[in-house]
Amino acid sequence: MSLSEPTDGGRFGDFGGRFVPETLVPACEELERAFRAAWGDATYRRELDDLLRDYAGRPTPLTECTRMSEALGMRVLLKREDLNHTGSHKINNVLGQALLAKRMGKSRLVAETGAGQHGVATATAAALLGLECLVYMGEVDMERQALNVFRMRLLGAEVVPASSGSRTLKDAINEALRDWVATVETTHYCLGSAMGPHPYPWMVRELHTVLGREAREQCAKLLDGDVPDVVTACVGGGSNAIGIFSGFIDTRAELVGVEPANGAALTRGVPGVVHGSKSFLLQDEWGQITEAESISAGLDYPGVGPEHSYLAATGRARYEAVTDAEVIDAFQLLSRTEGIIPALEPAHALAWMARDRASLADKCVLLNLSGRGDKDVAQMMDILG
Amino acid sequence: MTDLPIGVLEAALRSARDGGRKLLVPYVTGGLGDDWPDVVRAVAAAGADAIEIGIPFSDPVMDGPVIQEASERALKQGATPMSILDTLREVDAGVPLAVMTYYNICFRTGHERFARTLIDSGVVAAILPDLPLEEVGPWAEVADAVGVETVLLAAPTAPDERLPRVCERSRGFVYAVGLLGVTGERSELATSATVIAKRLKDVTDKPVLIGVGISNAEQARQACEVADGVVIGSAIIRRLLDGEGPDGAAEFVGTVRRALDEH
Repeated sequence: MSLSEPTDGGRFGDFGGRFVPETLVPACEELERAFRAAWGDATYRRELDDLLRDYAGRPTPLTECTRMSEALGMRVLLKREDLNHTGSHKINNVLGQALLAKRMGKSRLVAETGAGQHGVATATAAALLGLECLVYMGEVDMERQALNVFRMRLLGAEVVPASSGSRTLKDAINEALRDWVATVETTHYCLGSAMGPHPYPWMVRELHTVLGREAREQCAKLLDGDVPDVVTACVGGGSNAIGIFSGFIDTRAELVGVEPANGAALTRGVPGVVHGSKSFLLQDEWGQITEAESISAGLDYPGVGPEHSYLAATGRARYEAVTDAEVIDAFQLLSRTEGIIPALEPAHALAWMARDRASLADKCVLLNLSGRGDKDVAQMMDILG
Repeated sequence: MTDLPIGVLEAALRSARDGGRKLLVPYVTGGLGDDWPDVVRAVAAAGADAIEIGIPFSDPVMDGPVIQEASERALKQGATPMSILDTLREVDAGVPLAVMTYYNICFRTGHERFARTLIDSGVVAAILPDLPLEEVGPWAEVADAVGVETVLLAAPTAPDERLPRVCERSRGFVYAVGLLGVTGERSELATSATVIAKRLKDVTDKPVLIGVGISNAEQARQACEVADGVVIGSAIIRRLLDGEGPDGAAEFVGTVRRALDEH
């Protein structure tokens, strides 16, 4: 068994769908057809697998954390997506979409980015495959992730500030959608998370199942055929979480997604519709989307991918929220006990493990370490002094 | 759907069109400045056949910089869907009113409550640009029952087989998206504007109005060589953002009206 296919209209239960301007409907339909065909095509799959192995560095290792386990009183395993080329899991999705864009005859990629990881990955894939690339990034995020802005430009991408609204990830998505409405004939929108209009939530999930599949096999080997008691990941849009959950959905493992307290769509939001799909959403009583505010630019998003709303509604996964202060502690804990500096995003899941250590005592917990912390070092230097 | 009587908006637009008039529908952002109800009255008096009232949304993905800024300003001034609709109750523009907003505003309020509030406020139609044909059903059924006409958009990217289905479901009029892009002024009328209008006229006898990218009287006149009328938003809102007030908006709308009447 694996995660279910969405319905024809792109629904996971009540969630998902294709709430886009009429101009984009044919493009979404074309993309769905193209991805379905490619995903079933051995040539495309081989091309992608080759790139994931020879370019991105897959498979990524599974690391057992001895000192961290001792510190937290549980058995801690890390799926090392931080060791991918470009520093996070984002490359899995981007290589798949960039190859697809080429197959579809598109010459240009647009993308949104929060922390810059998806933007860097998209710029990288565009450079590799000879595609033009434009990345929208919130003005606020461009300031706190200046290093990634420079990396994208170094890779030949144009980076354009999103200067309306909260000037963070959600506004970068608005700008990318506006761009796509105007350029849809030549441009593929390389959306960076398992969210947006159908087929994105499903397509992005499928492109990340590789990490779940690997983790399942690696755990089986380490645990004599067993699975971890708990599988956890951070959730912004939710792409790394859906990737790791996909490998364990049919097992006894408990699935736990962790959101930032001030961007906790699933734990504090209500259903709504923005950016193409119906899902849990932070909004006011009138339906205006409210601004998330997290230490981590990658999770600074008031919504969440629709399949997570579905998993929450069915009870197959549960979702927790942690504060910025807890995240800062977890960021340092992993650095000191294991010599691994995590990105602030997966440090959220780690923060939950540290906080709930009593209920997790003696359990085996697999954490998807979705990215490395190089990009966050300057910000942490300011915070920690 | 076909059993429904023709709504107030569609009846008014058909009657004007069949009388040889080209249709002019100005857009006004609700809650933009204290004098926005005066703007509505002024553009009505200047020759509007119907008026689109924008209910601002925090994330307007179909809108360019001008309407984005108007929406942000209105929201900062405390505009809410209910405050705008309450105000409209008192406006008495003398022409049919439609709201233009994004689906989450309607979804959050609840379909039934939103539709009834529109009718209670004297609004007869709704335009929801992020609610395409495949998603419009649950809202449109409620809207039909309550008597709100749901106007659908038709875009240049639509294949031929899609257009009759969009026209069939659309009520009030069919909103032809004039170009590939978001709302805003352009230096010239896009050739895609009259192409999509022609494709729509070939498959429907409902009024076909071109919106998005109609920037001045001359472009409106050109668009109406094929279309039944135009929707004009950013060109009016820019004047309001520049402080020209109800008089400036009315003067501009009057200029467009005369150009359309002289065709």
